[in-house]
Amino acid sequence: MSKSLWARLGRGISYFVLLFGAVLTLVPLVWLVASTTKSKDDLFHYTFFAPHFTLENYTSLFAKMPFLNYLMNSLFVASVTVLVQLFFSSLAGFALAKYEFKGKKAIVVIMLSTMLIPGQVLMAPLYELINLLGMMDSWRGIIVPGAVSVFGIFLFRQSILQLPNELMHAGRIDGCTEFRLYWDIVMPVSRPMIGAFCLISFMGAWNSFLWPQIILHNRSLYTLPIALNQLRDLYNNQYGTLMAGTLLSILPVVILFLVLQKEFVAGLTAGAVKG
Amino acid sequence: MKETSFFRLQHRYAPYLFVSPFLFLFSVFGVYPIFKSLQLSLYITNGPRDHVFVGLGNFQFLLRDPDFHTAVWNTIVFALCSVFLQLPLSLGLAILLSQKWLKGRAFFRLAFFCPQLVGQAFVAVLFGVLFVPKFGLINQTLSSVFGIPDDTKWLQNPSLVMPALVLTSLWMYVGFNMIYFLAALQGVDLELYEAAKVDGANSWQQFFAVTLPGIRPVAVFVLVTATIGSFQLFELPYILLNNSAGPNKSGLTLVMYLFQTGFVTGDLGYASAVGWTLAIGVLVISLIQMRITGAWKGENA
Repeated sequence: MSKSLWARLGRGISYFVLLFGAVLTLVPLVWLVASTTKSKDDLFHYTFFAPHFTLENYTSLFAKMPFLNYLMNSLFVASVTVLVQLFFSSLAGFALAKYEFKGKKAIVVIMLSTMLIPGQVLMAPLYELINLLGMMDSWRGIIVPGAVSVFGIFLFRQSILQLPNELMHAGRIDGCTEFRLYWDIVMPVSRPMIGAFCLISFMGAWNSFLWPQIILHNRSLYTLPIALNQLRDLYNNQYGTLMAGTLLSILPVVILFLVLQKEFVAGLTAGAVKG
Repeated sequence: MKETSFFRLQHRYAPYLFVSPFLFLFSVFGVYPIFKSLQLSLYITNGPRDHVFVGLGNFQFLLRDPDFHTAVWNTIVFALCSVFLQLPLSLGLAILLSQKWLKGRAFFRLAFFCPQLVGQAFVAVLFGVLFVPKFGLINQTLSSVFGIPDDTKWLQNPSLVMPALVLTSLWMYVGFNMIYFLAALQGVDLELYEAAKVDGANSWQQFFAVTLPGIRPVAVFVLVTATIGSFQLFELPYILLNNSAGPNKSGLTLVMYLFQTGFVTGDLGYASAVGWTLAIGVLVISLIQMRITGAWKGENA
């Protein structure tokens, strides 16, 4: 009897802790959403939603600054980065998983050891290199050096390793070239991993701040993180507009996450649990 | 006959073709810069043409550079605070979420995870407003719940900058690491718990005898990656502190110092030296962590 009382008390405390934590986590986001619907006077006057609903923050976002332009820039840079990374990583991951060839071991060892070095170490020489290649102040300067993802190669190698070799034998008997094996057999069955990779890679490119900040000088080329940071200085104290911009900047990632949620968690934990 | 030889050829050369685009880009933008930055770290540079060889002079100067010391100190303090507060919280939440009797697991998991969808730059913009003195949500809450004066200047007071950074990073990453722990906990063999119960182990004993060994590989992975991540802190303080290192440089981190020396002052050589110090520091700390937690012994167990 007393044991079940303790158990019930324990469960009650657990629920309380979880709810408290969830509230702490969600409140900043709820506040963010609410703040975009309040006028300048109401913003701090009401803690969350105000009785007077307004969209003026959104209209001023699009009217007073080229927000749409920045949104499109970000969408373009992130999408191209994802597609290029996806193609190169899955193709190389496929080769490393299903073929024996000279130099394979060396490639894996070199990739693994570069992963130990923080990316920021490479920024100074990359800056010189991008300057030399004439890619400064252009999206190419972001997309080209970011085109390969070592993490992606390991992700795909790991998942393609688990595919049965018979699948490929069957394809070869049917007369598939090796590229057709990749394109028509391996890629379609790797869809969960593709989903996970697309989301992770998109988030990386979408949220990237430091490198674009170094490369881009022309305002019309800015991606959202840099543009928003500028907006803050430009429209000092226009918090509502700033928050509207922040919310709209988060939204594409949220949408993609909702679409790819299941694949994402699987892909995220795949490396850790097996490694 | 011709077709079969084509088939054999394309089969033999396919893997090389498949890795070559990656290898080309990886060599140019991934491997070459590593060696180049080692070389650069031996020079003082000013713009693309002006390079002066100084040998290990940059590294000697780092030892005497008070700003570098500040950056190292801040980075270490942040890493220690955020990792040691983050991981127990993440693990605790994961254990609660993995209880069989719990209802609403999917909701809690999503709720704790969702800050991860907000990039660090956007988190910094959002929390910059939440930390506003007088009106900001954080001060409002603290004053109405605990009666603390609502004019706490989180980002203007040098001794409060670090707590503000740690708080924000907790908000961002506790749920993210929780996902890893949750996946690991689901992999622990339930029969081991039954066996422990039969042996009369209480909850704590079960935790240390079954849970911790069961999740060790993932726990080490999370510990190492969280530490590496916190050593690379940049956007959060940089944006939160209005594109600066903050009052008394209380928010200056190693990557921020690398950025300032390399791309604001324009000495790519010195920035490379800062970068290599960071790289070696991270490597040494990761090795120590894996040593202490016995990550290598785990393979025979």
